[in-house]
Amino acid sequence: MKIHDLITSLTTGLRPVERHAVGRRLALSAMAGMLVATLAVLLTGGMRPDMGLVLDDPIFWLKSAFPATVAVAALVLCGRLSRPGARTGAGWLLLALPLLAVWSASAWLIASAPPALRMQLVLGQTWRVCTFNVVALSLPSFMATFWAMRGLAPTRLTLAGAVAGLLAGAQAVLVYTIYCAEMAPPFWATWYVLGMLLPTAAGAMLGRRLLRW
Amino acid sequence: MVSTNRMSPTVEAAEITLRDCFLAGLAGDAAQYRAFLEGLTGHMRAYLRRRLPKAQDDVEDILQETLLAVHNARHTYREGQPLTAWLHAIARYKLMDFFRAHARREALHDPFDDEHEWIFAASDDEPANARRDIGVLLETLPDRHRLPIVFVKLQGLSVAEASLASGMSESAIKVGVHRGLKALAARLRGDA
Repeated sequence: MKIHDLITSLTTGLRPVERHAVGRRLALSAMAGMLVATLAVLLTGGMRPDMGLVLDDPIFWLKSAFPATVAVAALVLCGRLSRPGARTGAGWLLLALPLLAVWSASAWLIASAPPALRMQLVLGQTWRVCTFNVVALSLPSFMATFWAMRGLAPTRLTLAGAVAGLLAGAQAVLVYTIYCAEMAPPFWATWYVLGMLLPTAAGAMLGRRLLRW
Repeated sequence: MVSTNRMSPTVEAAEITLRDCFLAGLAGDAAQYRAFLEGLTGHMRAYLRRRLPKAQDDVEDILQETLLAVHNARHTYREGQPLTAWLHAIARYKLMDFFRAHARREALHDPFDDEHEWIFAASDDEPANARRDIGVLLETLPDRHRLPIVFVKLQGLSVAEASLASGMSESAIKVGVHRGLKALAARLRGDA
């Protein structure tokens, strides 16, 4: 078959393309991943016991805003990286903002705390399990995001894989905040960030293999 | 990558002609879409022949692979984005994929972002013989993929007619065409 026949086969029975296919696919996968992770938290650990009380606490909302902002930035970047030739541009800035905010707030809190309490701020009560739980919760989002991007057209596979992993990690942290009672930013800046970075690294390593098309 | 305001006049002309045809194709206009694919073929061939002076045999193979890739990825183009930038990214991706598969070290050292080597700067409509025959590859697909492609894509039957002719359900025909084209792309790439 020559190129002419290939063109004929591609144009015969051509159907209109659904508009906004990229956004729809990524939104679907993001919701599916969040839903499964939320169910997993509710069925295993359950909500933190003081959930009703912390809803009035601005610290709780700041704590949720941190992974939520990272997730939105990662989702934007996933969309850009799924389109050949699209620029990522401002997406990186959106990603840097929540990280810089949490890190600078943490540095300030640690510096102003009495030296004896500093380690406590970072380690909290649950540092041993936090990162492991986040990584486990990121699995459904990880699979959903890679499924979504496989059906799109990423051309920078390692980077696309890393951002897909970051999205999964950030979604997992967001879901985890309904269980985790740690309220100190230095704790978030360490263990939540580590929980996001591990899926990011896994995504970067798997990107070339899983996203190839 | 490259924005519209930095395009050379030749590239800009290609952008305008190709984009009109492509957008009509996205809306379902098969004749315009064919014109787009033929225009793209000409530009791609000239680009690949300049790029691969020692591998002229591979040019038609990469060309076919790239056309299939463009077709399978056409839902990722966003209106307003320069079409040539989108196409260039796909073509470069497929070319890199080819180089990686063949480990042509000397070619890997070429600067691929070199805008003087822009795909759409020239066109070449003279086909060479493809080394791999898509017809032969089609034979390697399972019936559930091959028949829908043969009936719908090659013979031009409607989905309902193909369903009658093959005894498969209409949804199986649609899925078969979609998966079959993907499988064909994978085989062209040498994955399967």
